[in-house]
Amino acid sequence: MAPILEVHNLVKKYGDLVAVKGISFDVMEGEIFSLLGPNGAGKTTTISILSTLFSPTAGDASVDGHSVTSEPMAVKRLIGVVPQEIALYEELTALENLNFWGQMYGLSGKALAKRVDEVLEQIGLKNRAKERIKTYSGGMKRRVNIGVGLLHKPKLLFMDEPTVGIDPQSRRAILESVKELNDSGMTILYTTHYMEEAQELSDRVGIIDYGELIALGTQPELTSKVGETDTLILHLGENEDPSFLADELRVMEGVLQANPTDHQVAIVTPSAEELLAPVVSRTNELGIHIYSVDMREPNLEAVFLQLTGRALRD
Amino acid sequence: MQIKKLFLIAIKDLRLIFRDPSALVLMLLAPFVLTIGMGALTGRFSGGTGSGISNIPVILVNEDQGLLGDVLVEVFQSPELVELVAPELMDDLQRAKALVDADQSTAVIYIPEGFTDSIIPSAETSEQAVVRILFYANPTQPTSAGVVRSILDQFINRVELGNVSGQVIVQQLIENGLISPAQAGQVGQEISQEIAQMETSRSSITIQSTVSEGEGIEFDILAYMAPGMAIMFLMFTVTYGGRSLLVENYHGTLPRLLVAPTIPAYVLGGKAFGIFLTAVAQMAILIGGTSLMFRLEWGDTLGVILLILTAAFAATGWGLFFAAILKTPGQVAVTGSAVMLLFGILGGSFFDLSMLPDWIQVVNKITPNAWAVDGFRILSFGGGLDDILTNILALVIMGIVLFVVASFWMQKSGLARK
Repeated sequence: MAPILEVHNLVKKYGDLVAVKGISFDVMEGEIFSLLGPNGAGKTTTISILSTLFSPTAGDASVDGHSVTSEPMAVKRLIGVVPQEIALYEELTALENLNFWGQMYGLSGKALAKRVDEVLEQIGLKNRAKERIKTYSGGMKRRVNIGVGLLHKPKLLFMDEPTVGIDPQSRRAILESVKELNDSGMTILYTTHYMEEAQELSDRVGIIDYGELIALGTQPELTSKVGETDTLILHLGENEDPSFLADELRVMEGVLQANPTDHQVAIVTPSAEELLAPVVSRTNELGIHIYSVDMREPNLEAVFLQLTGRALRD
Repeated sequence: MQIKKLFLIAIKDLRLIFRDPSALVLMLLAPFVLTIGMGALTGRFSGGTGSGISNIPVILVNEDQGLLGDVLVEVFQSPELVELVAPELMDDLQRAKALVDADQSTAVIYIPEGFTDSIIPSAETSEQAVVRILFYANPTQPTSAGVVRSILDQFINRVELGNVSGQVIVQQLIENGLISPAQAGQVGQEISQEIAQMETSRSSITIQSTVSEGEGIEFDILAYMAPGMAIMFLMFTVTYGGRSLLVENYHGTLPRLLVAPTIPAYVLGGKAFGIFLTAVAQMAILIGGTSLMFRLEWGDTLGVILLILTAAFAATGWGLFFAAILKTPGQVAVTGSAVMLLFGILGGSFFDLSMLPDWIQVVNKITPNAWAVDGFRILSFGGGLDDILTNILALVIMGIVLFVVASFWMQKSGLARK
């Protein structure tokens, strides 16, 4: 597979703030590549640069050989963008929105009408196409938001957190549609802070934090970075002190890391099953109330935890 | 293809505004309600033909010994104005002012000695000394004072026109060798007097000079106030339009437009054209509506159309300027409301500007209101396209300057902002 997107040392600064710190990666034609990272990690800024919305402070990227800095119009014709926010006109109907955006992508006449019809079928809103967007549920709006990005059949589709703020059923439908798009041959760059989505969808994942790409590879490659370690997460009562408990547990045998966060302590261990009983016992001795316990086998969350010392949703 | 996108963006914006009930209320209903209110207040709906304002007390102090002073007095005493104004002649300027101060009269018009000579120099007074008519208005009666002022302005405009015409004729006569330079003074005086008498003896000194079949058109308070309201609400419309640029940025539709294969300048152009179209539509609806509902005479059709277009253009410049320098839709909304009122006051939407200090009459030239309101009033009082060319030019220049500044600013800070 040849790379359709090549990113080289991309940097974006806003005054003193460095939002993207020299990241480089390739996206191969036909794959789903996820950028996984917490809010504020630089995912949206990266997509904004790759979609030619913002100029990079340094570095460059190319889509199918066209530079985003020197050939933005050529890049724009190749890409589709599904932004994080519902970028639609609420006072217009879904049909009017799709017609307008289709025309912005150069479609017209019968070709536009045909494509709008296909997209409405694809997003399952043909029956409600003549209703204004403001009357739609959050999930329906998301589907139209995605539909706009598909109108001109882009070679590369950027999807920036397309499932934020919607119900589980709509989320499931969107994930399925992403897979279908990919099956039809579309290359997708998907950003998310949901580890489960990245795990389910991606051929390869780039983990991004504070503007840096801290890990990149297939899921087996990434989880192998944390070795055969499990993660044990202790959820504490509201009045408990996770930092104090983490300090106490860190000295225990079998504990590789103990990282405190809001009302919880995440413990990295070779065997969560073996460590569970002694940890609970020690916590009880300290008079700390455990609300619940999660045991997790190696996954992207664990990779992020090990690389940053923080949980993905911090 | 790209230019088509500009029009598509503009039409989309127009469509969005006409689907926004709150915007429609403020852009169309509010000025209509105000106009209807004024109509009711001034008796437009009582079945009478009068303006509702009548017998405005005005004091004339005429110290001029010449023709024009007498003509001005005659204008105020003319049968056409008998119901509108109640002129009183007085010799003592200070006493006349005291009556205005005591709220017993609306205004004093003082015609100083030498006024006629300053306009039409005689053989003895070949040099034209500057002599100014004093207009002393009662600030508590802005509308009535504005009416008196407009009558005075009409008179002065006609006299100046006659004077300039005389000078041009004399110049042509000398150049063609029909008279000698030595005869210029005498001939000029005769021509000026002829023209002045001809102008003042016509109905031109009455409020409207455009008369059909000899039927005099009475002073119409709505014709005086409606342009001010229309332009004031035009400023609301353009700030609303400017705000939409930031709203689109906030909701993500502007970034989405910018990542589509459309040249960014066309996106901005489309937004600007959308604001312009909305402004034109608003003005056209208001002017058309008041013409139909109140039989309001806005004047020369071509002049009105050009003024609508140029006023909308200048106002659009302001809308874009606010969108460029301010950061949030909220800031534009607050600033827009404040500017709408400030420009309305400065631009003469509420009362006659001649009652304000001179410096305000200089400052207000930055407002589209001042130029447009003045233009509309000139047209509604019988002026033609020639009389509003300065206004049109000023509005066009204002629009161009603001558009360039706004574009430069947006280019510097980025059309889509983080």
